[in-house]
Amino acid sequence: MSSAEVLPANELVRSRGGRARKVRTVGFHMTASFIALLWVAPLIVVVVLSFRSFDDILGNGLVALPHSFTFHGYADAWGRGGGRRGMINSFIITVPALTLALLLSSLAAFGLSRYRVPFRRTILLVMLAGNLLPPQIMLIPLSRNAEALGIFDTFYAVIILHAAFGLGFYVFVLYGFMLAIPSEIQQAAIIDGATPFQIYRRIILPLSRPALASMGALGFTWIFNDLLWSITVLRSENKMPVTASLLGLQGTYVSNWGLISAATITAAIPTLIVFLLFQKSFVGGLTLGAVK
Amino acid sequence: MTVLPGRRRRGIDTLPPTVTAFILVPFLVEAAIVFAPAIQGVLLSFTEWRGIGAPHPVGLQNFRELAKDPVFIVAFKNTARWLVVFGGLSGLLGLSLALLLKAERRGVAIYRSLIFLPVIFSLVVTALVWRVLYAPEGLFNNGLQAVGLGSWSHIWLAEPRTVLYALVVASLWRSSGYIMVLYLAGLKSIDPALTEAARVDGASRWQLLRHITMPQLSGVNSVVLSVIVIDALRSFDIVYALTKGGPYNSSELLSTYMFKTAFTTGRLGYASAIAVVVFLLAVGFIVLYLIRALREEVR
Repeated sequence: MSSAEVLPANELVRSRGGRARKVRTVGFHMTASFIALLWVAPLIVVVVLSFRSFDDILGNGLVALPHSFTFHGYADAWGRGGGRRGMINSFIITVPALTLALLLSSLAAFGLSRYRVPFRRTILLVMLAGNLLPPQIMLIPLSRNAEALGIFDTFYAVIILHAAFGLGFYVFVLYGFMLAIPSEIQQAAIIDGATPFQIYRRIILPLSRPALASMGALGFTWIFNDLLWSITVLRSENKMPVTASLLGLQGTYVSNWGLISAATITAAIPTLIVFLLFQKSFVGGLTLGAVK
Repeated sequence: MTVLPGRRRRGIDTLPPTVTAFILVPFLVEAAIVFAPAIQGVLLSFTEWRGIGAPHPVGLQNFRELAKDPVFIVAFKNTARWLVVFGGLSGLLGLSLALLLKAERRGVAIYRSLIFLPVIFSLVVTALVWRVLYAPEGLFNNGLQAVGLGSWSHIWLAEPRTVLYALVVASLWRSSGYIMVLYLAGLKSIDPALTEAARVDGASRWQLLRHITMPQLSGVNSVVLSVIVIDALRSFDIVYALTKGGPYNSSELLSTYMFKTAFTTGRLGYASAIAVVVFLLAVGFIVLYLIRALREEVR
């Protein structure tokens, strides 16, 4: 029964430690919530602004408690501000570009990870290096090449650019993931007479779903959020994605803060939804390749 | 093809033609859309070209002109400042936030998500959010007024002295969460037994950080460094959206000056020379990143 004698002392230590821990916990939450608040405060200001009326903002200033509540800003941003057009364009660009990028990169990753490929490592690193180049270096040639091919100022040009620019990173991450799939599954399929495409389509692709979700979520925000490529190969106002049309709005409706705030919030919603749906894969994808 | 005895077989030895195509097609797409234009860009930097007719080779003339171009010098200095201030602070902030939020405890996921949130917004959205805060009668000036520091208020984006740092702060708001997440992943991979052993030996918090945590983070540090530098050199959207490099080029970066030179003055050879300078600044960090990636791959 020696443990009975030890117990009270242990209890004592625990309760004293408990109080210190409680103080530390409160301190932690105060610090952390203060910082988190600091981070969301700018967003709160803009969200509040987006629901205030023009007269309210004019009369009470930019940063004030709301004296009005209206959806006018949103309606205007969506309608005459061109938000609807911009948003549709963004999706016309993002969805095919992302699909194409994931298709191409998963095929390459499949080949590189599941077969003995000469210069495998070189191919991977060269493709990854292409992703890291500063875009400035190819800006002019790309816009000239698009003109020469007759696709300047078309969605095709932006879609192809976006699909090509993520490739290196997607291939690298998907390759790492597919490498971990046991080869026995594939051997069995080969014995059954499956073609490489069938192995890719029926076995490897379904098993790679988590990695594809990661790359899909990340790729969506990268393509959707891009400005530079669009303004490099697009000219027509009515083809611009939401990022570029927001910029135009800024010039046209300089003092209409309600409209601009509403447009800003609207433009942020699609990526916000993707983030909320895929939060885990999203953060996981970003940190892949960063550790070890 | 014979398989060496005892050697672990990974994948299949013979390469079917379809699989060759699986690899070749994406590779050629990237070659055509990334590498070929990059090489064209470098070649263009040795020419004088306004986009009509054939580029006229001029050797190193563009680079000699850059060395004397006052706007280029400002843009170069600003880019260096951007790298140091933005890079240093985002690394520091990211690491501090990760250290604060590393333990799995109640509520910590919410704090992390809120700080990470701006990462998902486009830089244009970020720019518009900060335009509201920096407005002459915006949050900052109002706040300063409220605490009696009205004389400290500035027209943040219109004054040459404040504009670059105002842009840095907006960029920090957006990207610190990203660096935090990288460090969080790094911290998670540290063996807790090591920290525990040091703590039992009576190491102080500072000693733990200095001698246990930081050395273990060296891998993450080099990734963070290259990510920050590569990203910082790409910084374009936020400056373009908020100031277009103004006022009087005081927030001009190499990326914005290059874009302007190419698409407003139309001097394509000269603009390419600026792009080559950006590339040269980035190349060391690209190699650093690739070395890390290679190590990951070999593992």
